[in-house]
Amino acid sequence: MAEPYQHKIANALGDPKLQLAIYSATGRLADGRRRTVSTEAFPDYQELRQHAHEIKKHTLNHLDFYLQELERNVEARGGRVIWARDGQEARAFIRNLARERATNLIVKSKSMTTEEIHLNEHLAQDGIEAVETDLGEYILQLAGEKPFHIIAPALHKTREDIAHLFERRLHAAHETTPERLTAIARAALREKFLEAGIGITGANFLVADSGIVVLVENEGNARLSCSAPRIHVAVSGIEKVIPRAQDLGVFLNLLGRSATGQPLSVYTSFLSGPRREGELDGPEEFYLVLLDNGRTKVLADAEKRQSLYCIRCGACLNNCPVYRKIGGYSYPWVYSGPIGKILTPQFMGVHQDPWLPFASSLCGACAEVCPVKIEIPKILLALRAEITEAGIQKGGMLEKLAFRMWAWLMRHPRIYERVAPVAAAAASRLPRAGPLKAWLSQRDLPPLARRSFRQLWRERRK
Amino acid sequence: MLLRFASSPPPDRAEKFRSALEALGGKVAIVNTPGEAGAYVESALAGRRAIASQAPILEACGIDSLPSVTTEHSRQACAAADASITSAEYALAETGTLVVSAGLRDSRMVSLLPPCHIAVIERSKILENLDEFLDVCRQPAAQSSAVVLITGPSRTADIEMRLVRGVHGPGEIHVVIVNNVTAAPSYASEET
Repeated sequence: MAEPYQHKIANALGDPKLQLAIYSATGRLADGRRRTVSTEAFPDYQELRQHAHEIKKHTLNHLDFYLQELERNVEARGGRVIWARDGQEARAFIRNLARERATNLIVKSKSMTTEEIHLNEHLAQDGIEAVETDLGEYILQLAGEKPFHIIAPALHKTREDIAHLFERRLHAAHETTPERLTAIARAALREKFLEAGIGITGANFLVADSGIVVLVENEGNARLSCSAPRIHVAVSGIEKVIPRAQDLGVFLNLLGRSATGQPLSVYTSFLSGPRREGELDGPEEFYLVLLDNGRTKVLADAEKRQSLYCIRCGACLNNCPVYRKIGGYSYPWVYSGPIGKILTPQFMGVHQDPWLPFASSLCGACAEVCPVKIEIPKILLALRAEITEAGIQKGGMLEKLAFRMWAWLMRHPRIYERVAPVAAAAASRLPRAGPLKAWLSQRDLPPLARRSFRQLWRERRK
Repeated sequence: MLLRFASSPPPDRAEKFRSALEALGGKVAIVNTPGEAGAYVESALAGRRAIASQAPILEACGIDSLPSVTTEHSRQACAAADASITSAEYALAETGTLVVSAGLRDSRMVSLLPPCHIAVIERSKILENLDEFLDVCRQPAAQSSAVVLITGPSRTADIEMRLVRGVHGPGEIHVVIVNNVTAAPSYASEET
């Protein structure tokens, strides 16, 4: 593993306050999910997951068709579609639009896709202020940090952290209750909403047959971002398209439950184009930026293509024993947790962080909770095989030797029975150094049972 | 396609809607006549500055003395109000959801900017759930550039996972369900 990550992970593991914050936040989200997808609460859950999987599979297998249908329908409603090959093209469009419309204030609602292309930082370099308006994202922007979690971006911040941050950056009074802190942010952001020339949102779903952009949220900041400014720009990965408005029931019934344990999130907006003739308000211009940025590369691989089914609910993070220990900042890219582990190597190339797909126990919890049934462990194994076959990351000689011996011993049970207790006793006295030290820094060596299963079996059969 | 909306008969839907929305922190009143609805709205407002949409049901309820959202200045008017009163296209019983859409009578901002939102709806507008809505309204884009499902008060849990209501949208929601909008005023109420 690369040095900086070892360091980040060690820091996360050694910070008891952070450990508690991650554990309680992900635990609560996971509990919420479990309650709302239980058989009593939602008998159709498993069937809907299968539907969702099939719809995504079908759509991605015919992505060219649905994207063109989407474009036609967005334009029929008076919107415009911009095809962006990468972050640079998407950013250039937004920068030029801001310049042409003479605005230097943009309000943004939460979007992982714009995090992916570092939109805010680049716009700032051009003198354009892009303000994050989701409360968690706003806190992080003021702190100069990145999202820690896909849907609970500031879960690592305590109320005291936020109180100090608001004092320092907003010159607000020292308030420490979540209610008062929220009110401070509301007031500060309300002004921005009413002044901004452009509102940027992401998209949870794009509907091909109707040109609809669907936004799902709890705060109301996405509704404000897409309605208050004169121009609405939605930035979306190309994989977010689904064929028909009729299919929305399947996904909306899964998304809120999987993310936060809500049967429906507070606001679900179906947006189609700019304000129409006769409508009282709404944006005069509407743009949909369709971003590739590596997605077609993932699409090209028939086996790993399903990585693109992801609807960004965060359930795999909340249920991952690794994420729940090391947290969101120990991953190399904006997408953390199990989904990050499969997306990052495919988007960035397996060379960049070859350790990543190996940092998993393959327990399968992620696949079990995934609302669109992405086989994450299977993809991790495929990535491991690729990395090993390409000779990028070789297992250590010692590790290889140890596994070869283990395999041999397992095939020779009689010898195993003699050697195992001796080896175990010896292992417990080995110096805690090298790979053993790293291994034992977060776990105990399991004690060996005094009598093996085979011995007990023999005794019982007597 | 999997559709799940066989369940409850209309009278039960109002109750189902009530328990779903109240669980989220909203308030629901089920009344018989438009007059009662008007009275509820007045007491819920308690003298706060309010703004109303141009939905016909509001007029029927006698809520016509309020400034309504009509002009180009709707944004400022909504931003300055303490409360807004609208109707809704539909309500969804299972989740306590209101379906609103931007149009001639309703602006996008009216149900969003003021800290309190009051919606008055006819009982016949209550559908079972999201699936029934998507079946009734097969093409949401056809009717409006913005169709929004509102499920409870605006909320966040971004600070230490503590639930706070009223972040950017209204933290206070009232829904008044009117059993019979066209009912003539009853004698009983005139006698008193």
